[in-house]
Amino acid sequence: MTKQIDQADVAHIAKLARLSLSDQELREYEDTLSRILEVIEVMNSGDLSAYPPMDHPLETVNLLRDDAVQQGLDREVVLGMAPSSEEDYFRVPRILGAP
Amino acid sequence: MNDEILDWGIAELHRRLEAREVSTVEVIDAYQEQIEIQEPEIGAFLTLDLDAARSTATAQDTRRSRGETLGRMAGVPVALKDNLCTTAFPTTAASRILEGWIPPYNATVVDRLADQDGIVLGKTNLDEFAMGSSTENSAYKITKNPYDLERVPGGSSGGSAAAVASRMALVGLGSDTGGSIRQPAALTGIVGFKPTYGRVSRYGLLAFASSLDQIGPLTASVEDAALVAECIMGHDPRDATSLQEASPLLLGALTEGVRGIRVGIVTNLVEIASPSIQAALLRAADALAQAGALISEISIDELAFGLAAYYVVAPAEASSNLARYDGVRYGLREPGATVEEMMIATRTKGFGPEVKRRIMLGTYALSAGYYDAFYVTAQRVRSLVRSAFDRAYESVDLLLTPTSPTTAFRIGERSADPVEMYRSDICTIPSNLSGDPALSVPAGADPDGLPIGVQLLGPPRSEQLLFRGAYAVEEGLR
Repeated sequence: MTKQIDQADVAHIAKLARLSLSDQELREYEDTLSRILEVIEVMNSGDLSAYPPMDHPLETVNLLRDDAVQQGLDREVVLGMAPSSEEDYFRVPRILGAP
Repeated sequence: MNDEILDWGIAELHRRLEAREVSTVEVIDAYQEQIEIQEPEIGAFLTLDLDAARSTATAQDTRRSRGETLGRMAGVPVALKDNLCTTAFPTTAASRILEGWIPPYNATVVDRLADQDGIVLGKTNLDEFAMGSSTENSAYKITKNPYDLERVPGGSSGGSAAAVASRMALVGLGSDTGGSIRQPAALTGIVGFKPTYGRVSRYGLLAFASSLDQIGPLTASVEDAALVAECIMGHDPRDATSLQEASPLLLGALTEGVRGIRVGIVTNLVEIASPSIQAALLRAADALAQAGALISEISIDELAFGLAAYYVVAPAEASSNLARYDGVRYGLREPGATVEEMMIATRTKGFGPEVKRRIMLGTYALSAGYYDAFYVTAQRVRSLVRSAFDRAYESVDLLLTPTSPTTAFRIGERSADPVEMYRSDICTIPSNLSGDPALSVPAGADPDGLPIGVQLLGPPRSEQLLFRGAYAVEEGLR
């Protein structure tokens, strides 16, 4: 049986998901993801057009609360959890490519 | 004395504490002794703080001696799944990406148990980010089934289940996205309850699949599950999906019985279970019939699509939810020359293989060109499952199914084959897709002595009836 996705697909998905995979992992995920996608194929065996997409068990939408000021987390506490911070900011490596 | 203490349910414990037959410190001591004996073999906990538990116990004894009325969980030793945020313990979701992370707030359920004077002993092991059915996907350790140390306790709440089953805690909290409370409860011979979606606040639960996740108790008895559920249910303004209505009273309803209640055995889920589980289910049905319930058989063929839809919806939501672990604000950071390289290095090192698999599956299902074919189709299947349940509940009040098609499997038996592992949840997944309440209750053991659980399902908000049914099964099989 032909595989549902190939290694190039897996590499593309990994890139989108910000993951780096070894060659061995590419092969392994090609295999397991293809097999999972075969299981998922079952969904397409019937006509589902009568069933509207359901994204949530609850029917409630747009719950509102009073626009009241509430105590949030302290900035120091939040920055204290960060791997790197400077003054009031999270610090990260450069965002654009190396100079 | 210590062994006797471990046998007490919450009500009995409270009677003894009130009568001053035992002190809270003695209760904690008894559990500590049990943990010292069992934990080296079972490996249920990721972190323990028995000194803190003893200080809380001492304070409770002092308050009691002053004549104060304590909460409904007073003196009750609790084990929390390590995907529930706690300021007193690190919260890792059994992932390297959160190793050592201490959250800045408690999950609402943690605060609610503390408000009722529950005493947290520690945090329990799970499949990384609750993704799994055996607790083997933990980045830290393998938890063993107390009934057979070569077998898994189920998952993903396997640590909480094993802790309660081996009497290292009286109450465990878990989370259930596709069966992660009920399946380990079944595999370790205890009660596991997933409330209606929205009954329990998810605030402070590390998100896996937000439209499916629900927190619930794992306990030795239906009565204890009812009490814990009453303590944690109820609207929370910090969770926009929490139901804005009064929660049902469960404890008082238990003894109302099931006379005249219509229970449908879901034949197409029974057929896929092992013979000993089928026999146990029939014994449970008989117990319900003896108590006056009207038993019938029903086939809900649409449930067969549930597994497929689940493995689109849950990974899709997970791929989005887990995007937050990027090395910027908290948790692991691996070095990189640019922010993108840092994020890739962090996520590659921090996530385990199953989490990566599900992130990629979800990313694929949501990616351009595939969104309609996978995600929208899966959402239509959710509607299909919802309406199939609705139709079933026109002719019956509750449904009875196996919780798991098999009893506890061997460590390593399914870990090489994700598809085989996913099938472990085939009976539990439909209730997460529909958002309905469901409960697993012990129903004997197979010829190898491994526990069997049967599952009761009910329509949305039917917790009272569900607990009456579960209590009748428990009493009838006693």
